[in-house]
Amino acid sequence: MEALQQELKEKIIKILNLEDISVEDINDNDPLFGAGLGLDSIDALELIVMLDKDYGIKLVDPKEGKAIFESVATMAKYISEKRTK
Amino acid sequence: MKLRDVFITEQNCITPIGFDVATNIQNIANGQSGIRLHQNKLLMVTPFYAAMIDDAIVKTAFQKYADSANYTKLEQMMILALLPVIEKLKPIFNQKTALIISTTKGNISALEKLREQHLQKTDLNQLGRVIATFFGFSTVPIIVSNACVSGILAVGIAKRLIQSECYDQVFVVGGDEVSKFVLSGFNSFQAMSDSPCQPYSIHRKGVSLGEASAAVCITADATNATMRIIGDGAINDANHISGPSRTGEGLYRSVERALLESAIDRNELDYINAHGTATSYNDEMEAVAFNRLGIAHVPLNSLKGYYGHTLGASGLLETVIGIQSVLENKLFPSLGFDEMGLSQPLNIIGKNEQKEINYWLKTASGFGGCNTAVVFQKMTS
Amino acid sequence: MIKQATYIKAYCSIQNNKIDLNGTSVFKTGECLFVDFAKAAYRNFELNYPKFFKMDNLSKLAFLAAELLLKNELETDRDIALLLSNKSSSLDTDIKFQESINNQENYFPSPAVFVYTLPNICMGEISIRHNLKSENTFFIFEEFNPGFMSNYTNVLLCTNRAEEVLCGWVEYYKDTYRAFLYIVTTTFGIPHDATTIQTLFNK
Repeated sequence: MEALQQELKEKIIKILNLEDISVEDINDNDPLFGAGLGLDSIDALELIVMLDKDYGIKLVDPKEGKAIFESVATMAKYISEKRTK
Repeated sequence: MKLRDVFITEQNCITPIGFDVATNIQNIANGQSGIRLHQNKLLMVTPFYAAMIDDAIVKTAFQKYADSANYTKLEQMMILALLPVIEKLKPIFNQKTALIISTTKGNISALEKLREQHLQKTDLNQLGRVIATFFGFSTVPIIVSNACVSGILAVGIAKRLIQSECYDQVFVVGGDEVSKFVLSGFNSFQAMSDSPCQPYSIHRKGVSLGEASAAVCITADATNATMRIIGDGAINDANHISGPSRTGEGLYRSVERALLESAIDRNELDYINAHGTATSYNDEMEAVAFNRLGIAHVPLNSLKGYYGHTLGASGLLETVIGIQSVLENKLFPSLGFDEMGLSQPLNIIGKNEQKEINYWLKTASGFGGCNTAVVFQKMTS
Repeated sequence: MIKQATYIKAYCSIQNNKIDLNGTSVFKTGECLFVDFAKAAYRNFELNYPKFFKMDNLSKLAFLAAELLLKNELETDRDIALLLSNKSSSLDTDIKFQESINNQENYFPSPAVFVYTLPNICMGEISIRHNLKSENTFFIFEEFNPGFMSNYTNVLLCTNRAEEVLCGWVEYYKDTYRAFLYIVTTTFGIPHDATTIQTLFNK
C-alpha cells in the first residue's frame, strides 16, 4: 500500500501538471479537491482516465469518483481492491 | 452615433431531417428527430446516439452542382446550405459583401491520417477559401471559431459589421460534422448521453452530437426582410474553461446587453430559443440565468432533441429554424423534455402551439466560458 | 464607417524566445523549446498562478502576453473585451489529442487535452485570471489582418461594448509561435489604425 501511495502521488503530480508540488507535499489523507491540492472537475476526469489506463478500472458512474478521489489513501485502497493490471 | 438597422432576408439549412427549411419544419412539427443509434466502430468503439447525415445523400445532392470528389463532406454541406440563398439573392461580390464562416472543428476528421497533406485540409482558412471560391466572394472570409457559440456569435458579428458600415451584406454559413475526434472528446468528459438527449429533463444524461450546416443573409437592405436583429451580447463567464458559471453570469450579462440594445421591455419577449444541451450543468445554468433575468415565464425550447448538438453550426441552425417558426407563429415542443429537472422554473414548450410571436431571443453558451444572446424582431409587412 | 479616434495604450510581442513590451525587450532566453521558455518567463515575472502549467502552449502564449499588458491593473474592475485571432486555430493541440485516440489498443482520450482543442479557450484563461466578464471573440485568418481587427475593435469601443479592447494575434504550431497583443482605448496612446498595428506587428 505504501508503494502504491507513493506511485499515485508521483502520477498525480505528473498527469495533472502540478508544477510546484513535490511528493513530500502530499500527505496520504490530505483532501485532493477543494482546499487541498486545489484540483478541479477536469482533473477529476483526468484521474478517471488514469484509473482506466494504468490500473484497468473502468468507472461506470463518474459520481463514484468523489469518494474514490478524496485522498491518496482512498484512491490507493480502491485501486488495490479493483485493479485488473 | 446613429447605427444602421440590420435585417435577415434569406436562410437555409442542411440537416439529417431535411435539406431545406420547409422539410425541416415539417419534420419538427411531426416530432421527427434526426438522432439515431449508430454502430460505427470507425467513429466510436461502442454504439452511440447522434444525428448524422448519410454521406451518400450529401454526395448525390452536391453532385448536381460540382464534382463531390473535390470537396469534403463538410464543405459540400456548407456549400449546399448557402447555395439557394446566393441563387435567390444574386449578390454582387464587391468589397461590401462579406462571408463569415462559423465552425468549431471544421474538417477535423482529416486529422485522422496525421499526414501533412491531410493536415492542410484541417486548416480553417482552407475551408474558408473553398467556400469563398465556389461562390466568388472577393473579400477574405472571416472565420469565427468560438466553441459552441460560434454560430449565433457569427450572427451578432455580422450585425455589428453592418451597423458600423464595414459591409452592406454578410453571408453567414456555419457547419460542423460528427467525428471520432469530437465523439471521443465529449465521451472523455462523461458528457455523452446513452439515449437521445433530453434537454431540461430530470432524466437528462448529457449530449447527443449532431452534424448540420446552415446559412443566412444579413443585410442593411430591408427589402424582403423577415427579421430585424435588434440587440446582441457575447460576454464571458470568467469562471471556468469547461464548466458553466453556476450563477449563469455570462449568459445573464449577454442577455442584459442584448435587451438593452434592443430597447424592448423584457416582458415583450414572446419566445426563447435556448441552448439546452442536456448536460446537467448547462441546463441548470440556463434556468438560473433566465430566472435572474425575469424571463423564466417566456415559452422556451431547445432544438437539440431534433438535431443533437451540432457545435459551431448549432447557433446558426437554431436561428434558421427559429426564424421560420416565428414567421409561421408556431412554437415547437422541446423534444425529449418530460419531467422538470431544474432547480428553478422555466416555461418549456411541451406541444405544438400557435402563438403570435414578434420579439424573440436566441442564446448559446460554450467551452471557454463564452455566451451569446441575440434579440430578433419579426418584420410585419 | 466609424470615425472616432482610438489609441494603442500598450503592446506586447512574444517570438523566438523573446518578449518585448512597448518596443523594449523585457525578457529573453537562449535557444530552447517553447515550454521551457514559457516556464522561465513565468518564473522571471513571478506570476504565481499554478494553473499556468495545466494550459496548452497556445494558452500559455496568450496568457503571458496578456499578463504583461494587464498585470498593473489587477485591482480595478475593468470592462476589457478580448479580440484574438490566429492562423492555425488549436491545431497543435488537436494533433496531440488525435494521437491519444488513433490507436485502438491505446485509446485513452484525455479530457484535459480535449478542452484545449478550441482556440477560444486561451481567452477563457485570460478572462478567469483577470476577472474579465466581457465581450470575447476568436477569429481565424490566413495572416494577421490589421484592417479587420482595427475595424472590429473600433466597433466594440464606439458602440460602448467595452472600455478597452485587448486584441491581437496569437499563433502556435509545432514550436513556432508568435504573440502580438495590444490594448486599444478611447483616451490616449499611439493612434490606432491598420497601418500602425501592422508596423508594430512587423517589428
